[in-house]
Amino acid sequence: MSAPPMVRPLSWRHRLLRGALVALVMAFMAVLVLLPLAAVFVEALGKGAAAFRAALVQPETMSAIKLTLLVAVIAVPLNLVFGVAAAWAMTRFQFRGKALLGAFIDLPFSVSPVVAGLVYVLLFGAQGWFGPWLSDHGITIIFAVPGLVLATVFVTLPFVARELIALMQAQGSEEEEAARTLGASGWQMFFRVTLPNIRWALLYGVLLCNARAMGEFGAVSVVSGHIRGLTTTMPLEVEMRYNEYDYMGAFAVASLLGLLALLTLVVKVLLEWRYGDELAARGH
Amino acid sequence: MGYRRRRVLPGFGISLGYALTYLGLIVLLPLAALAWKASALAPDGWLQLLSAPRTLAALKLSFGGALLAALFNAGAGLLVTWVLVRYRFPGRRLLDALVDLPFALPTAVAGIALTAIYAPNGWIGQYLSALGIKIAYTPAGVLVAMIFVGFPYVVRTLQPVLETLDRDVEEAAESLGATRLQTFLRVIAPTLVPTLLTGFALALARAVGEYGSVIFIAGNIPVRSEIAPLLIVQKLEQFDYAGAAALGTVMLGFSLLLLVVIALLQRWSGRWAERAA
Amino acid sequence: MTLELSRLHRRYAGFAALDDVSLRIEPGEFLALLGPSGSGKTTLLRILAGLDYPDSGSVRQNDRDLLAVDARQRKVGLVFQHYALFRHLTVAENVAFGLRIRPRKSRPGRAEINERVQRLLKRVQLEDLGKRYTSQLSGGQRQRVALARALAVEPDLLLLDEPFGALDAQVRVALRRWLRNLHEELGLTSVFVTHDQEEALELADRVAVMNRGRIEQIGTPEAIYQQPATPFVCEFIGKNNRIPLQRANGVLTGGQRQLGADPWPGNAVGAAIGYVRPEHLQVSSAPSADGWAAQLRHIYLAGGVAHLELDVPALGQVLEADMSSDEVAQRGLQPGQSLGVQPRLITAFPLGAQGEADAAARHVLQPQAAL
Repeated sequence: MSAPPMVRPLSWRHRLLRGALVALVMAFMAVLVLLPLAAVFVEALGKGAAAFRAALVQPETMSAIKLTLLVAVIAVPLNLVFGVAAAWAMTRFQFRGKALLGAFIDLPFSVSPVVAGLVYVLLFGAQGWFGPWLSDHGITIIFAVPGLVLATVFVTLPFVARELIALMQAQGSEEEEAARTLGASGWQMFFRVTLPNIRWALLYGVLLCNARAMGEFGAVSVVSGHIRGLTTTMPLEVEMRYNEYDYMGAFAVASLLGLLALLTLVVKVLLEWRYGDELAARGH
Repeated sequence: MGYRRRRVLPGFGISLGYALTYLGLIVLLPLAALAWKASALAPDGWLQLLSAPRTLAALKLSFGGALLAALFNAGAGLLVTWVLVRYRFPGRRLLDALVDLPFALPTAVAGIALTAIYAPNGWIGQYLSALGIKIAYTPAGVLVAMIFVGFPYVVRTLQPVLETLDRDVEEAAESLGATRLQTFLRVIAPTLVPTLLTGFALALARAVGEYGSVIFIAGNIPVRSEIAPLLIVQKLEQFDYAGAAALGTVMLGFSLLLLVVIALLQRWSGRWAERAA
Repeated sequence: MTLELSRLHRRYAGFAALDDVSLRIEPGEFLALLGPSGSGKTTLLRILAGLDYPDSGSVRQNDRDLLAVDARQRKVGLVFQHYALFRHLTVAENVAFGLRIRPRKSRPGRAEINERVQRLLKRVQLEDLGKRYTSQLSGGQRQRVALARALAVEPDLLLLDEPFGALDAQVRVALRRWLRNLHEELGLTSVFVTHDQEEALELADRVAVMNRGRIEQIGTPEAIYQQPATPFVCEFIGKNNRIPLQRANGVLTGGQRQLGADPWPGNAVGAAIGYVRPEHLQVSSAPSADGWAAQLRHIYLAGGVAHLELDVPALGQVLEADMSSDEVAQRGLQPGQSLGVQPRLITAFPLGAQGEADAAARHVLQPQAAL
């Protein structure tokens, strides 16, 4: 850690410069970040609380919310299990190709969401690799819920894995080795030693994974087909209403997502504050 | 007597096997499909696609815009990180938490919010249009959206490095007579360069592929204000799968290139940290 | 329960952690693996624990192939260098861990587990700290928790990896004594790894000195100190003066003084190396035929022992001799005086063509005092 900050008297010129910089940064952040956030809620409630409620109570909103939740409830646990498995393999064993595996895990982060959706269309779409086989067996993936889930899983794949890999790497395997010499079986070691040591990082990763899963737009848009009431998640619903010039309706749904974002931020800050050293990777 | 080495901790086979299978099915198989479909396009098909004015314009907008946005973010991000780490002022913690908002906010929500602000009748847009400046529905709008989404990458990459910067070196420089500016330029900045580049590359990677935040504010007029991801979507809607795949491959190739660059940068900055220590 | 380790080899990328190591561990003994870092001692310990496996070689416990047994089933208690305590469990829960995870059939009842834990905590003098978390304990306390945890499962073999490495000097000394007493009480076969020779020589029944993956010498602490078998052991254990020697015409000389007959008649002319401990250097008021002229440079008083720094021009080096502080006072020795110094016990090794010492040809000379 660095030494304590230098304490020395600041000249008035210095203070002025500091003050100006702070003011500049605050103004910049207000315009860049605060304004859009405020806009979401102001536009949503712009026509009054009654109109806001009406926009939300519509059946399309309800089905969009349900679909968003459904997709998240499937995608997040899947990526959770993957994250744990990948972190265990990467941080507790030596094997060749580790760096390559790490790169593949990071891949979804650097790929455009549209490309993420595109690859699934090319795989399971009517003209895709498995297209004919799927239609022969009456299975639809693209333009249906399975496609949404797959695209979401792709985009949110790295979240849990990265958190766990960073933390488990830093923690080392000594406690698990100790458990083995004391006679613990594999699962006993995992549930009694490993899991308790990673629980906050796990929660953190799940939190970020979930926020992205619920808010994903580009990838889901490509595989969805935009079938109202069937394959429209909340972000897609926002887009559809906006394109129909139902601005207030769009912002109404957007405000729900905005609330989710704020909630995510609050929990994130709380976790970092209370369990900072058990999270390894800070703020990203 | 020889003895075959065994793994000390259990679960190697099952964890690696599961992870590889999962990764293969979710990531590698679909990417293979992309490559396969893109290869269906003959070489002159590629040439035709990539030299079409619409494609070129879209690529220029996506890549060029991302570059400018990342450059801006590098500078602004450095300033914001510096103020956050070095100065104490009321509201600092709130500011710090706000930096993560573009990470947490769904892209579509950001998209319509930014449009509401910068449209000709928008919160800020109305004053700007009085001055004759148009942002929404022009490439400038694309730039604003790209700045918004890429900003946290620079700050969050720089922050840990700036926080753990050894103040002893700075104090040594000052005791030798350097002014604050000299200390910054000669002592602090060099150690930050690799990390700043990493943040820049991360912001760039994000902005190039950005879709949701951009398409609302962009205008989306072919050749004029259409981003590459949107062009892919258009091609899909017209069933030009080969074309979409080809364009997707170009974007993927760039993403992979950036991944490699970022990995190399992180190794470089890692080595720098060792040298400075 | 005898442990027989035979011809163990273990390589890590590029270097040999263990290079043909064979060792026999007697039941009930307290064995120390002593050596500098990189000597292979921790690797050896981890192989015994089942946390590492050799590239070749065997480990047998009473004729059972121990390497075929998983770490889980070895009934070995390992105390890690950095304790490896379960940070999310209390002290009592840490100690009880090995008992709680036993399969239902062999698991003791809850009351019995608690009782055993309390007994162990009492033995390591931590009986009031059962409910604390390990982060609230000092280093010495954590060490004892780690020991209690390892003992709870009633192992056949106790392994300790640098048990006192991370502790303050005073705590270290106190815990050393306490560990020795514990061992005498329990009679458990124990192997501990250390780089601190004082610790090894004080605690162990036998010491195995290791260097670069090989065992240089195994023996009792007395044997290691009094009869070092290789140049490395000479230099590593205790203090030793290193004197270049010459062999010519059947005579061994050092610094132009004859020290004795050449013990290695084979090659007529050659070089050798001799080691003399400070306590085996006799200091006289004047140079004599079997010693060298020396000038007293400095006297360091360390309690009852005085270390004298003597400049010997004939050898072109400074020698260190020990004598009691009383004797220094009696003889009125002062820095600057011209004295004589005679080696009384030299451990010598012949040097080969490239300057490598031949440990097998070790010879101990005892030049007699001139009468």
